[in-house]
Amino acid sequence: MSKNPEFVKFDKVDKSYDGKVLVVKDLQLDIAEGEFITMLGPSGSGKTTCLMMLAGFETPTNGEILLDGNIISNIPPHKRGIGMVFQNYALFPHMTVYENLAFPLRVRKVEKDEIDKKVDKALSMVSLNGFESRMPAQLSGGQQQRVAVARALVFDPAVVLMDEPLGALDKNLRESMQYEIKHIHESIGVTVVYVTHDQSEALTMSNRIAVFNDGKVQQLSDPAELYEKPVNSFVAEFIGENNTFNGEVIDIAQDKCKVKLANSEILANPISVKSKGERTTVSLRPERALINPNDKMDNMFTGKIEEVIYHGDHTRVRLNLLGSSDFILKVPNSTSNLELKVSQDINIGWNSTDARALDPK
Amino acid sequence: MSSETKILTTDGVPLEVSLKKAEKRNKIKAFLLVAPLLLFLLITYIFPIGEMFTRSIDDRMVTNMLPKTFASMEKWDGKELPPEEVYRSFYEDYKILAEKKEHGKLGQRLNKEKNGFNSILKRLFRKVKRNQIDETVSIKEQINKIHRNFTKVEYWQAIKRTAPPYTINKYLKGMDMYLDEDGNVAQVSEDRRIHRILWLRTLEIALFVTIFCFLMGYPIAHLLATLPMKYSNLLMICVLLPFWTSLLVRTASWMILLQQQGLVNDFFVMIGLVADNNRPEMMYNKVGTYVAMTQILLPFMVLPLYSVMKTISPSLMRAGKSLGGTPFVAFWKIYFPLTIPGIGAGCLLVFILAIGYYITPALVGGASGTLISNQIAFHMKQTLDWSFASAMGLMLLTGVLVIYWIYNKLVGVDNIKLG
Repeated sequence: MSKNPEFVKFDKVDKSYDGKVLVVKDLQLDIAEGEFITMLGPSGSGKTTCLMMLAGFETPTNGEILLDGNIISNIPPHKRGIGMVFQNYALFPHMTVYENLAFPLRVRKVEKDEIDKKVDKALSMVSLNGFESRMPAQLSGGQQQRVAVARALVFDPAVVLMDEPLGALDKNLRESMQYEIKHIHESIGVTVVYVTHDQSEALTMSNRIAVFNDGKVQQLSDPAELYEKPVNSFVAEFIGENNTFNGEVIDIAQDKCKVKLANSEILANPISVKSKGERTTVSLRPERALINPNDKMDNMFTGKIEEVIYHGDHTRVRLNLLGSSDFILKVPNSTSNLELKVSQDINIGWNSTDARALDPK
Repeated sequence: MSSETKILTTDGVPLEVSLKKAEKRNKIKAFLLVAPLLLFLLITYIFPIGEMFTRSIDDRMVTNMLPKTFASMEKWDGKELPPEEVYRSFYEDYKILAEKKEHGKLGQRLNKEKNGFNSILKRLFRKVKRNQIDETVSIKEQINKIHRNFTKVEYWQAIKRTAPPYTINKYLKGMDMYLDEDGNVAQVSEDRRIHRILWLRTLEIALFVTIFCFLMGYPIAHLLATLPMKYSNLLMICVLLPFWTSLLVRTASWMILLQQQGLVNDFFVMIGLVADNNRPEMMYNKVGTYVAMTQILLPFMVLPLYSVMKTISPSLMRAGKSLGGTPFVAFWKIYFPLTIPGIGAGCLLVFILAIGYYITPALVGGASGTLISNQIAFHMKQTLDWSFASAMGLMLLTGVLVIYWIYNKLVGVDNIKLG
């Protein structure tokens, strides 16, 4: 069975609420069938608006949304057959768990036996068998969350939308629910469009991530590429931790460039700089810089420790390096632990390929 | 061996005792906080209701006027004419009343019990005044000679019936019934049954006003709960505006609008809906009562509905739609059931207020639009029959409590939400 790579298609979609500000600008996004795609971005970046347009609660100001090749902009929400999990679950408080799950089937006039079967199947999928007669208020947050997921899936929709579904859960529960949702997705192969502002959630769950900012998709790629190879400084900043240097390109070659900082020079990987004289922000992941590196690295500097913060599995070290005092290092807590003390001088090195020269901030 | 061991605190005191001690202070504090309200309720609510109740069944007037008569009547079986002793004590009691000039009240009261009593008592009074009764011989014979009605046992039975200090007469009267001479409950003749019509009309008007308020209030409350803040505030002011205006002013403005030469009629004539010489009467009848009461009671429906609707997350309706429900299904299966606590509160509030409404029906209701409360006011102010007014007031109160009870059985008072 070949999967449709353009199962959901946003085609040049614009959205404005007041006719003055564009909340979504020229959105071009293809979602493949069976894919788990996450829209990630800070609040107000337009990601929820995109989801609402797909669900049918908002209409695009311009452009079309296509589902499996059909334009759906004029189809009301209840005829789209898209399942949705809401931020605060939106379980019907006056109905039992069974009635909540049976609701989408009843409105579709499914036979009673068939409803029982499907509800049972959906509940076992989220391991909540035996909770049929409970009211939503009698469930814990995590259980309500699962009911909401089961309800969005029970009528076999082609696409399921999830709008920050784990936002209200505590950290441990959130992590276990992430795996659970991921496994459900893998086992039934439904297309999932997931909205979150939590980058670690996006990285662990998705096939692909669309990073939104200012109404635009900044980068659309798989989690590893997004983290390792951010295409601009917003993405680099938003995903994971990041050390930055602002400077000017003074020399550029195929895969290397020299960036002049306030009072030193570093080598970097030119991503979005083309020529000499351009301003740039160089981004370096904290775990890519090593202390007293053995290998020959093309950036080697000495810095002074300003602060040591113990984090359990790793130690975070803040350095004064190259004129900035917020250079962060992550040191794993291995057996060969280094003696790290404040105001001690240490040698730091990193490869120029990991230092990405991006657009200036 | 006891099945459960007592849990002790670290000091060895049983946990329960310790807990009670710890909570006692809080309980006293809580009680002191509500004490002023309790006192207030007691003075302004419980006590007046008790007072109303005693007044409505109080029938001690005759008892106090004829103490000796009733004492001697205790031995009388009430089947034949009473013995000389009863006549004599009645005469003695009456003589005292005549001296104090209180005999008139007795006559009126007994006349209600048995027609014609007043006139024979007046004859007795003349004899007593002129000292024409010889106390040394049989008083029974002398009184019986005054009027032949004194020789009829029914008249003496009527006196005996007034002996108990309490009576339910006023309540029976409120339902167009009375106690006949044999002490049985009987209906008054059909052309005099005014109270029952009033009770039914009160129920009918309260019911319809509630329905109108619900039909108009529900969409308003929904708009209020869903509109953006700047519009909903404005709408809220429109809804609350009647609250800020005097009830009398509002009713008077309805009179200006609804009268035959009023604005509404002028408008109807202007657009050609009715002929100028055939203007409909919209006031001094039920129509006026309905219109004015619905407008005045509308906020009491809107506010509880609004406060309940405000708590319903809009994502519930969205969820309903995204799961495949048409907008109507989503409304009917999800939104509407969640507003039932508000509907219950609003309807109960409006109904109970409407059932005892007084000033508006009095002003715009005319003859066919007056309610039971107007009748109560009439007896308070015009006939000064306070005990009858009290009895009807209590019947109204009982009616409201019965409705509340039925409501509790059907919907459950726990489901009411006022805010």
